[in-house]
Amino acid sequence: MELLSNLQLGFGVALAGTNILYCFIGVLLGTLIGVLPGIGPVATIAMLLPATFVLPPVSALIMLAGIYYGASYGGSTTAILVNLPGEVSSVVTCLDGHQMAKQGHAGKALGVAALGSFFAGTVATLLVAAFAPPLAELALKFGPADYFSLMVLGLLAAVVLAHGSLIKAVAMIILGLLVGLIGTDVNSGVARYNFGLPELIDGVGIGPIAMGVFGFGEIIRNLEHGQKREVVSSRVTGLLPNWEDIKQSTWPTIRGTLLGSFLGILPGGGPILGSFSAYTLEKKLAKDPSRFGKGAIEGVAAPESANNAAAQTSFIPLLTLGIPSNPVMALMIGAMIIHGIQPGPQIMTAKPDLFWGMIASMWVGNFLLVVLNLPLIGMWVKLLSLEYRFLYPAILLFCCIGVYSINNAWMDVLLAAGFGFIGYLFGKLDCEAAPLLLGFVLGPMMEENLRRALLLSRGDPAVFVTRPISATLLVISVILLVIVLLPAIRQKREEAFVEEG
Amino acid sequence: MKHLIKNPRDFWAGVMFFTLGALFAGVGFTYKIGTAARMGPGYFPLVLGLMLAAFGLAISLLAMREKNAGPVVEKFHWNVTFWVLFPIIIFGVGLKIMGMIFMGLMVVIVSSIASEQFKLRPVILLAIGLVIFCSIIFVGGLKLPIPLCPAFGVFEQLAACRV
Repeated sequence: MELLSNLQLGFGVALAGTNILYCFIGVLLGTLIGVLPGIGPVATIAMLLPATFVLPPVSALIMLAGIYYGASYGGSTTAILVNLPGEVSSVVTCLDGHQMAKQGHAGKALGVAALGSFFAGTVATLLVAAFAPPLAELALKFGPADYFSLMVLGLLAAVVLAHGSLIKAVAMIILGLLVGLIGTDVNSGVARYNFGLPELIDGVGIGPIAMGVFGFGEIIRNLEHGQKREVVSSRVTGLLPNWEDIKQSTWPTIRGTLLGSFLGILPGGGPILGSFSAYTLEKKLAKDPSRFGKGAIEGVAAPESANNAAAQTSFIPLLTLGIPSNPVMALMIGAMIIHGIQPGPQIMTAKPDLFWGMIASMWVGNFLLVVLNLPLIGMWVKLLSLEYRFLYPAILLFCCIGVYSINNAWMDVLLAAGFGFIGYLFGKLDCEAAPLLLGFVLGPMMEENLRRALLLSRGDPAVFVTRPISATLLVISVILLVIVLLPAIRQKREEAFVEEG
Repeated sequence: MKHLIKNPRDFWAGVMFFTLGALFAGVGFTYKIGTAARMGPGYFPLVLGLMLAAFGLAISLLAMREKNAGPVVEKFHWNVTFWVLFPIIIFGVGLKIMGMIFMGLMVVIVSSIASEQFKLRPVILLAIGLVIFCSIIFVGGLKLPIPLCPAFGVFEQLAACRV
């Protein structure tokens, strides 16, 4: 019963007076900003990162995780009430959720989303607690060559599971890796790609990139398209679903949770893939698929549980391998490093309070979300009626202050503006930005492990195929690539993401 | 040339990747390359840069095939882009000299011009409200070391005392 004692330790940390307070603040702030249309979890976390600097590392990470769940949940609220997904993972929630809202069942949709998410969060927390330790132990056996291959697999999987053009996503990863190399090379002390600027000697921070590409770039895009929003302005009542609704949404919730939990562990899977696949699955299983898109309650319950479950389980690769599976996790790695914690398998043994505290706080965070959101829904609805022309200057100002405060560096503000333009350009050219951020975080790690692996093998690249762990990982990568390039599967993959249309 | 490009978004994305790849590889070449066993600082970036350039080229070439046809690149809204990014740059450059009070007002007011429904009076009120809010929360509460108004030391002293 090691698991129980570990969870006990975790809950001890998570429920300690100040930590539960920070979890609460995180969830509240996350929801508050997540509800605002046009700002997703990545920009939210990047913006609020400096606010956690004054805290001890455990509290800071608990608060950031809280911000993440809050922002995801807030995004769903926006999707249901305004038909404007705050983030990609709530795109499918728009389909049926907003239809329900239009028919006057907004409360029911929000209630089912909240309860489904809570159920999913509970299951996923248990899964993380059960699977993280054995994985971390396995990861401790990894040598540099294995790590390198693992990162290759992780990045490839991220591309395969993401939507959009495969080859462009690979190019974005490589670009991300390269941007990650800007700054001083640890081995030789040579400053690379700093163009003589002393401000770039430490490299480009993750804050300016995340804020620029996911914050500023997004704002420009929203502004140019003009604001066409249809807010369901009538009062939201009847949050609690009745017996009939519960019966209808129980199985979709369970299926969504399982599917989401599984997909969340995979690199690049995360909430987006979870919610899309859960929706498709429900539509396939339904007796009358034509109800979907017209306010089917299953169409809210399944994807909402799936994306919340996936949001939790995507912490598994982060906590055990130190590898981010989506942009939010990339940002969490950035936050850990800022707080002086090296992400990786050693966290579990070196900092058990942090490891288990974070896991327990996931459940606490989900519980707080339900408690918080059901009564506060009226306030969120009011927030939604804020006009975008007043909203975006405020977001810009918060982002400016946030990005400056990460390092007290004026250069970071300019970099963020530059990346804002780059993000806007990416959007015009249909280039998905998420792989860039993953590559960016993994760039230095990948170079370091490649160097070490080849140094140990005296330059012989065979080391990647002779070590069993590394060879297995590379074989999986190749299989993955082959599968995705097979015409039949390729078509299916495109179909899975067309569901939003 | 124009009729050869069947998928303009992919084509120009390819051009972008090629250019950036070539740039990274070119600069990477000026660093010490070393050997696989003893990599210099230029080794990994050079390899990645060449890979990126190759991918860019492939993407552009694929964009010329009929079966990959796709929509045109939407036009850039330069004025929106300018009014959003310009105040951010000024904020970055001017924060240490002018302080957050002036720069904050500037960011809110100038960036508001990007909106189609720009009206000066409510924007000024919004700017004043936000600057007061940020001063209290970020500088007063979270004690982030942001200069409020270096020209008049009085604000700094206010922020320094416990709120």
